[in-house]
Amino acid sequence: MAELTLHQTVFALVTSLLAFVFVLELVRRRRLREEYSWLWLLTAGLMVLLVVWYRLLIVITRVVGAVTPLNTLLLCAVLFLFAIAVHYSMIISRLASQVQSLAQELALLSSRVEERPR
Amino acid sequence: MKPLIVLPAFNEAARIGRVLAGVRAAVPEATVLVVDDGSADDTAGVARAAGARVVRLPFNLGAGVAAQTGYKVAVREGYDCVVHLDSDGQHEPADIPALLAVIARREADVAIGSRFLGGADYRAGALRRTGMGVFGFLAWLLTGVRFTDVTSGFRAFGPDVLRFVATEWYPTDYADADVLITLRRAGFRLKEVPVRMYPRAGGRSMHAGLRPVYYVFKMLLSVALAPLRREALGRKGS
Repeated sequence: MAELTLHQTVFALVTSLLAFVFVLELVRRRRLREEYSWLWLLTAGLMVLLVVWYRLLIVITRVVGAVTPLNTLLLCAVLFLFAIAVHYSMIISRLASQVQSLAQELALLSSRVEERPR
Repeated sequence: MKPLIVLPAFNEAARIGRVLAGVRAAVPEATVLVVDDGSADDTAGVARAAGARVVRLPFNLGAGVAAQTGYKVAVREGYDCVVHLDSDGQHEPADIPALLAVIARREADVAIGSRFLGGADYRAGALRRTGMGVFGFLAWLLTGVRFTDVTSGFRAFGPDVLRFVATEWYPTDYADADVLITLRRAGFRLKEVPVRMYPRAGGRSMHAGLRPVYYVFKMLLSVALAPLRREALGRKGS
């Protein structure tokens, strides 16, 4: 099994750490709500873990049948991006239902205000 | 019985006046509610001038949501029956009493106006007929009821159904075959009634451009999932 080169390790580590810090910073500035940050933090954290804990990466690589550990890293990244995208679709669907109910309530309330004798 | 006639309307200012006059003539004692689905024209003004109550949605949300807004009004204000018809003149207001009678006599909880039943004569294109046949077959598979017109939007709901569709899930658009399947599986009794339907007199059809493709996709998906959904299981009367 090919070792990760120092070059690859450093790059993966720096990217993951940057992503982690960036998301934390967004939460700190209240630009991103805590409830929507956890999947991103989990992704970045796991990437760091996999790079640092090389044995785990090797084990996963064997399990999924990937050729090199770097492939495993990329696969993990893609899977997490997929999970995040689906997570957002679910949030958007919920927001759409809420907007729909709110619009109905607003319509009912304003019709009652308009019908009231002045 | 205290019926509410619900007409969802989107940019129907040119056609809705005549429809409302027909409704008034058919059921003079009933309250008529027009749900303006975010129209850009004067649909609301025309409807008010014709003596209808008007509820205006702040933006366009689709025919299903507009209809459900009407059901919510009915439940909150103590109406025990809703007749739903299109505001573009496709449905014949003179058939409203026939639908109401089914609910009043407690023959069924849902009365569906069918353009293919009995003496009704309506000619549809081959593509449309095929689609309706497929969805009719699926509805029959899943409910055991043979519907002649699953895409009909001309229908009446009794009190239990009203509470169900006002508080539970209701699809945003194209509320047809999947609604029938869900209602049937929730334990409601459905009955078809022969009605007259006319081709559109103009305006924007629901089925234009790529919409039929999405329609088929959406119907197949929701028809397939309808029996697996939670709300389909024995919620009647709860």
